[in-house]
Amino acid sequence: MNEQLLGLADDELVIGWRDSEWTGIAPLLEEDVAFSSIAQNEIGHARAVYERLADDADALAFDRRLDDYRCAPLVELRLLDWANTIARRWLYEVADEIRITALMDDADFGGLAAKINREEVYHRMHAEMWRERLRDEPRFRAAVTALWPYALGVVLPEQRAALAARTGLDEVDAVERGSHTDDFAPLWEEMTMVRRSAPAGAQW
Amino acid sequence: MRDEQAFLECVQGGGQVETADWMPDDYRAKLVKFIEMHGNSELMGVLPEREWILRAPTLQRKLALTAKVQDEVGHAQLIYRVVEDLGKPRERCLADLVDGKAKFHNVFHYPTKTWGDVGVIAWLVDAAAIISQKALLKCSYAPYARIMKKICWEESFHILHGRDVILAMVTGTPEQFELVQEALDRWWGPLMQFHGNPIPKDEDPMYVWRIKSQGNEEARQQFLEGYVPQILELGLTVPDPKLRRRDDGTWEYSEPDWDELKHVVTGHGPKTGERLAFRRRFLAQEQWVRDAVLAA
Amino acid sequence: MIYEVFRRERNGQAFEHAGSVVAPDTEFAEAWAREQYGRRGESVALWLVPRDAIHDVEDWADEFDLKYRRVDGYSIKARLKEARERAIARAG
Repeated sequence: MNEQLLGLADDELVIGWRDSEWTGIAPLLEEDVAFSSIAQNEIGHARAVYERLADDADALAFDRRLDDYRCAPLVELRLLDWANTIARRWLYEVADEIRITALMDDADFGGLAAKINREEVYHRMHAEMWRERLRDEPRFRAAVTALWPYALGVVLPEQRAALAARTGLDEVDAVERGSHTDDFAPLWEEMTMVRRSAPAGAQW
Repeated sequence: MRDEQAFLECVQGGGQVETADWMPDDYRAKLVKFIEMHGNSELMGVLPEREWILRAPTLQRKLALTAKVQDEVGHAQLIYRVVEDLGKPRERCLADLVDGKAKFHNVFHYPTKTWGDVGVIAWLVDAAAIISQKALLKCSYAPYARIMKKICWEESFHILHGRDVILAMVTGTPEQFELVQEALDRWWGPLMQFHGNPIPKDEDPMYVWRIKSQGNEEARQQFLEGYVPQILELGLTVPDPKLRRRDDGTWEYSEPDWDELKHVVTGHGPKTGERLAFRRRFLAQEQWVRDAVLAA
Repeated sequence: MIYEVFRRERNGQAFEHAGSVVAPDTEFAEAWAREQYGRRGESVALWLVPRDAIHDVEDWADEFDLKYRRVDGYSIKARLKEARERAIARAG
């Protein structure tokens, strides 16, 4: 279970990082603001889960070696174009809903999962709104197709049929958690550089 | 009442103007340029801070910095909306900005180098900006004065955040203290130039039209009075040997480099080209999105 | 399309004009207005109204100066002074 929770927290931390990359350069100022809210919620979720898993959430979030992170490849990918970004947002939210809803049944974690789920409602609305707008756009459809195997890797194998049913896409081989994409190392480098510049335990 | 003299007397007497009211062409032109520059500045200020969201050393700092920068984009949105109602569409403002045809404040043309910059910017650059923004609460153009209320309210959170970042570092390791001092040494020059050259307010068209309600020097003095004591009490030094408070309460300081200011705001700052190019690249790349969405 | 945004800050207060958002439809307008006027919990409710739907009223005719309809139409100071003086005189 802890592995699964760590994966959830790492997913939220990293997708929050990716969503923040749009700061200042989103296609519309309104979306710049919206993505900042989504990113803050994601970091907040990551923090809440890290706090469950360790005394020092910041240490757990930022002080691990690259290989010790458990995020899914989907969130690691560097996708600085809108079609791919929205495709990822949408696929991630659908996958995450399946994951979080399943966790709501857990005796220990159910309460926190429910809280996270309530906040995600807005993310789903936002992703769905954009998917509606872009559904006929060839760039978007190509992005969904390319990212779909990665999306399947976000959820557990037994949850993939449900994910396929929700998205209307046929199940294919998933890109599994476990190894990191090439895009993760530069992200990890930048995410941890300030923290690594000071001795452990330095206050910021 | 299409009488420029009467309009002038009205605004100088505290009168306010709404969007549909008649205004002299010069007033309208200066207003648009002033407000547009403010919008551009909010937006360009985002880029240096963006880097540090990605590098924030704790989850709390990441959240706070994200929220601060989000406010700034939100401010740009509000500001461009005001400009749009005055006749210049946002798309044109953004095009002029990335083409180097429009100005933004000097401070956003400079690089950020360390987490020390994050603290100095949020604490002192925002403080300098808030002084100007509070004076704009009385702007003769009412729609702009009204959005300034929301902007000032949100900015108050930023200064708290900035102060907290600085305090954590000056009470941390000696290296962290040095990061703050070093950042302050680099930012002091631009900060002193920020409020503009000391043109007497009656010669400043912005003041004459009561678009600004305060002269440049008045703003700078307010900044020094408010913040130099705060800087010194932390054990930091200000890199100006001439800086001192006179007996009459006003501050004496080395003449800021007005040539540098002019050079920078006309598009020749150390980071101007790079940042505009970055925005231009994404503006072009994502034009299709605006076409897809705004074509209702 | 321009949507005017009205916000209610707290329960019990009236809706007040807050600004405007440009959006292609009410779905986007809502998403974006929520962000601009609610991300810091500053509003309990919003009204979004297309600018076109707003009917302006700005002209008022006041040709015959019906002063009695306004507070400045009554000037009671002088007469009140006299009435008080007479009351004192009557009592004395």
